[in-house]
Parts: sequence; C-alpha cells; structure tokens
Amino acid sequence: MENWLMETFLWNNQQLPVLQIVVPLLAAPLCLLINHRWYNWLFTLAVSSFSFFVAALLLLQVSQEGAEPISYYLGGWLPPYGIEIRIDQLNAFVLMLITAMSTVVLLSAHTSLENKIEIAPDKNTYLYVAYLLCLAGLVGILLTGDAFNLFVFLEVSSLATYTLIALGRDRRALWATFQYLVMGTIGATFILIGIGLLYMKTGTLNMADLAQRLPELSESRTIFVAFCFFIVGVCLKIALFPLHFWLPNAYAYAPTVVTAFLAASATKVALYIVIRFVFFVFGVEFSFTIIPLEKVFVILGTLGIIIASLVAIKQQNIKRMLAYSSVAQIGYMVLGVSLSTAAGLMAGLLHLFNHALMKGALFLALGSILYRIGGVTLRHMQGVGKTMPFTMAAFLVGGLSIIGVPLTVGFVSKWYLLQAMLAEGWYVVSIIILIGSLLSVIYIWKIVEVAYFKPALPNNANVKESPLSLLIPIWILVAANIYFGIDTRLPVALTEQISIQLFQGVAIP
Amino acid sequence: MSFDSSFLETFFGLYNDWIVVALMMCGFFIVIADGNLIKKVVGLTLFQTSVFILYISMAKILGASAPIAAEGIESYSNPLPHVLILTAIVVSISTTAVALALIIRIKKAYHTVEEDEIQRWDVRIHRSDKRAKVR
Repeated sequence: MENWLMETFLWNNQQLPVLQIVVPLLAAPLCLLINHRWYNWLFTLAVSSFSFFVAALLLLQVSQEGAEPISYYLGGWLPPYGIEIRIDQLNAFVLMLITAMSTVVLLSAHTSLENKIEIAPDKNTYLYVAYLLCLAGLVGILLTGDAFNLFVFLEVSSLATYTLIALGRDRRALWATFQYLVMGTIGATFILIGIGLLYMKTGTLNMADLAQRLPELSESRTIFVAFCFFIVGVCLKIALFPLHFWLPNAYAYAPTVVTAFLAASATKVALYIVIRFVFFVFGVEFSFTIIPLEKVFVILGTLGIIIASLVAIKQQNIKRMLAYSSVAQIGYMVLGVSLSTAAGLMAGLLHLFNHALMKGALFLALGSILYRIGGVTLRHMQGVGKTMPFTMAAFLVGGLSIIGVPLTVGFVSKWYLLQAMLAEGWYVVSIIILIGSLLSVIYIWKIVEVAYFKPALPNNANVKESPLSLLIPIWILVAANIYFGIDTRLPVALTEQISIQLFQGVAIP
Repeated sequence: MSFDSSFLETFFGLYNDWIVVALMMCGFFIVIADGNLIKKVVGLTLFQTSVFILYISMAKILGASAPIAAEGIESYSNPLPHVLILTAIVVSISTTAVALALIIRIKKAYHTVEEDEIQRWDVRIHRSDKRAKVR
C-alpha cells in the first residue's frame, strides 16, 4: 500500500499529467451517484485539491533549472500522430492558478449554496457535477498539445459552464445562458474552422509541429484566414470588448460561487489560448508583422477599458458592475499581449494571475453579502460596513486591488504594464490606462460610500457577520492579494521566465 | 466571353467551398435574424454542419478510394478529418441537446420562446430594479 502511494505521488511520476484530466472527468459522474449535499461537497473539494497538488508538483518540475517541457503521449501514440499532453512553464503556471482558485472557491461552496436565493435546494448535485466537468475541460485546454483536442476540451468546459449558469435562481439566468450558448457555440465553431484551415495547409494538428511548419507558409492566405477565424473565436471566449455581450448577464445571474469560479478561471484559460497560439503556434513574427494584431488589440483593449468602466459606473446590481469591470480588466491583459515585447507579455500574464485573485475575492465577498442580506444591489449594500465588517473589509481590499493601490496585487501588474508601455513609447495608451484606473475608483467608491456611510435598511439592521466557512476562503484570497502585492518575487520571476522563453522560442525544442 | 477558362475552373473547381460558405451564411443569418429560439438552434446546427462539410470535403482526394485497405488500390482518401468530424458531431449534438433543454426551461419560466417577448419581460424587471435605487 505504501509502495503504491509512493509510486503514485512520486516527484517525477510519469502519469501525473494525464491524471489531471482523468480524475475530475471521472469524478463528475461519481458525484451524481453520491448525490448527497455534504459528501458531494467534500468529494469535489478533495478532487480539486488533488488537482491543485498535482499542478504544483508539475510547476515545480518544469521550473527547475534547464528542465525540458513534459511530454505525455496519450495511448502511447507518438506525436505528431497521436495526441500529446505537453506541459511547459506557461501552462503549468495557469494550471496552478486555475486549480488553486477552484479549490478556494469550493471551500465556500457548501455554505454559500445553502442560500435558496442562489440555487434551488435539490439542484446542488448538478452544480458539483457541472463544476467538475468544467474544471476537467479547463485543465484539458491547458494541458493538451493538440489543436483539435483543444477544441473538444473547450466545448466540454463551455457546455458545463452553460449548465452552471443556468442553475441560477433568477429566471434571467436562463436567457443569459441561452445568449452565451449561441455566442459561445459560434465562437467555438470559428475556432473549429481555424483549426480545419490550419490542418488543410499543414497536415498536422500538433501545436509544436504546427509551430515548426507555419513559418514557411506565412505568405499563404489560408493561414491568414485561419488565424483570423481562430482569434475571433477565442476573443468571443475571453469577452474582448465588442464580443463581451454574453458576459455581464451570465455573471450577474449565475450562483455567486459559479461567478467567482468563472471570473477567476474561464476567461483566464481563454486568454491562455490566445497567448499560446499568438506567441507559440503562429509565432510573434507572423502575428504582429503580417497580421496587424497589435493595432486591433490596442484599439479594442483601450476601448474595452474605457467603455466597460463607464458602463460599470452606471450599474445598480453590483454583480453586474463587477462583471463589466472584468471586461475592462481583460482590456489590460490584452493590451499587455498587444505590446509584442517580452515585458508586455509578462505584464499581461501577471495581470491574468492578479485579476484572478482580486475578482475571486470580490465575488466571494458578494456571495457572503448575498448569503446574509439576500440581494446585491447598491440599496442592499447600505450599512453593510457596520453589520458585516469582515466581509466588507475584504471587499474593500479587493476593490483597492482593482483600482491598483500600492501594496495590493493590482498595483504590481499595472506598474509593470505601464513600464512596458513607456518603454515602447506608447504614451497615449498609458494615459488611457490611468484614466481606466480613475474610472474604477468611481465605481468602487460608490459601493464603499453606500456600505460605510449610509445607515442600514431597517430589515437588515440586525444582520450578523457571515459564518467562518464563508469568511475563511475570502480572507485567504485577500491575504494572497496583499501578500503578492508586497512580496512579488514568485509571480514576477515566473512570468518573466515564461515570457522570455516564449520570445526566444526556447519552448520549441 | 470575358471570363477566361481558368477563372471558371477555379470558380467551379471549388464548388465544395461555395456550398460550405453558402450553408454557413444561411445558418448564421438564421441565428442572428430569427427571433424564435428553436429556429435559432436550427440555424446554429446548420452553421456547425457547414464546417463538418468543410472538413470532410478537404479529406477527399480525386481518384482515391475510401480509406479501407484492399488489394489493387493505390491511393486512399485521408481518414483523419472523418474521425475529427465524428467528434465534432458529438459535440454539436450535445450543444443542441443543452440548448433544447434550456429552451424548455425558458418556456416554463417565460411562457414563450420568442426573443422579443422574453426581452420585454426582462425590461420590466430591469425597471423595477432601477426604481429600487439608494435613497
């Protein structure tokens, strides 16, 4: 028994990569069989923590000095013919982020889902099943080294996401889900077209193989069209500005646990796909010289920051407000990518990491408020600062992080982004970033003002602080927000290494 | 004739692509223009199916036989896109199933499957949200 355990969890075990996908995928139907609120939660939490544990091991393994990317051949078929799982620092980094966020969010799930406003009491099992499927899909997207496999996992996670959002109690959740389903399917089909055209021209689906064959075909119009289809499809998934219409409603009406999970993971994974294809598969030269991706991303990113922040200011429902703020924050990440320098990519990746931390904390805090007060419009927030001091303090720190106040993670990534911009001489865009920060001051301040300086509504005057099971996950994330805002070594060193590797093409063996 | 024959040859030689594009645009148009949710799903399926045809037609090699090993046959069509599309068909069917299940729930919640009526219902809720502003 001990031997077996040792072998399974051994430092450099060969089977770890595939376990990441198989375990949550198999756990999902098991959840359906368990069908018990408490055990389901424990089981899902265990699976997610296992994923996190393995992800941490994988990240350690690939960030050693001179470590090669890990390759795992599914079914023993050699690439480029078989499907390959390929882990380098880029996907190990995002993988650890996603699994960590999923675990922390799950910590609060059990208590949060007691709330009948969030989800019908008999639907809990389905939430855990869909949650695990979504996790499996996202992890699959991150790990796979095969373009078509990526599409399949994308659809696995998307279908699970539709189910998760439709579990919201508000009937508008259904309509939001339908809109997301239509747009998401169109996006995924665009990705499918892009992959098909790539295959038509190169005859391979393996990403590393594609990366080797594409440079000689860079003049081909087919590849040009493939790139456009692919990027538009993925941009639908990351909710880049004009393609973001599905996001605010979906986030606003889904159960809060789901919103926190999606905000911290789904869009991040989609952005990973952009980075993987733009920098690794198509290559920097093709993406930024032959295709004017830089201009497109800069225009859409800045427009997204300004317009989404302005719309966020007008919202009464705070979940919707934060959803629009997410659209704006995605603008920052895309701006980082658009710089096409190692420093810019690093700022984008850093913001990807930091934004997951802050939006996770903010949405979980909203879940805590929803748990006690039963609503998250500005009116409901009146006096929350006095009745629920710990929750609101966490919300405040998260808000400061969104604004980018020093000592929080938001400051770190914006600092690096601004530095990268100034190094390239993009002064106008840097000013727009600062304006975006000012706009976020306005919408965060609106909440803070109502929460701390207005008396509580008569119905809510005697509300108690949320139970510890909700507060602990929130404060874990808040602590991470502050810790990584002060001691920035870990994420900065990692993202720096990743971006330098991607630019040198070291990742290609 | 103002057309030279090579132009016509490319034009008609790519007839499979024309079919794909025409089908795709039909599907896309239905998704955008039609207000009935069921019809939207039909359009979505048509849109996805057109991509399947794109994949399958690219696998065809002129003069080659089906990819079944037999004596006396020298060239085979590429079987890989067929395999890919089998997977994509499964994905498409599951999407359709989820969409139809959603429509059933929308019908129960809104008593309609027309987009404009659903939005009219939601605008009413939205306004009552707005009325509940901070005093």
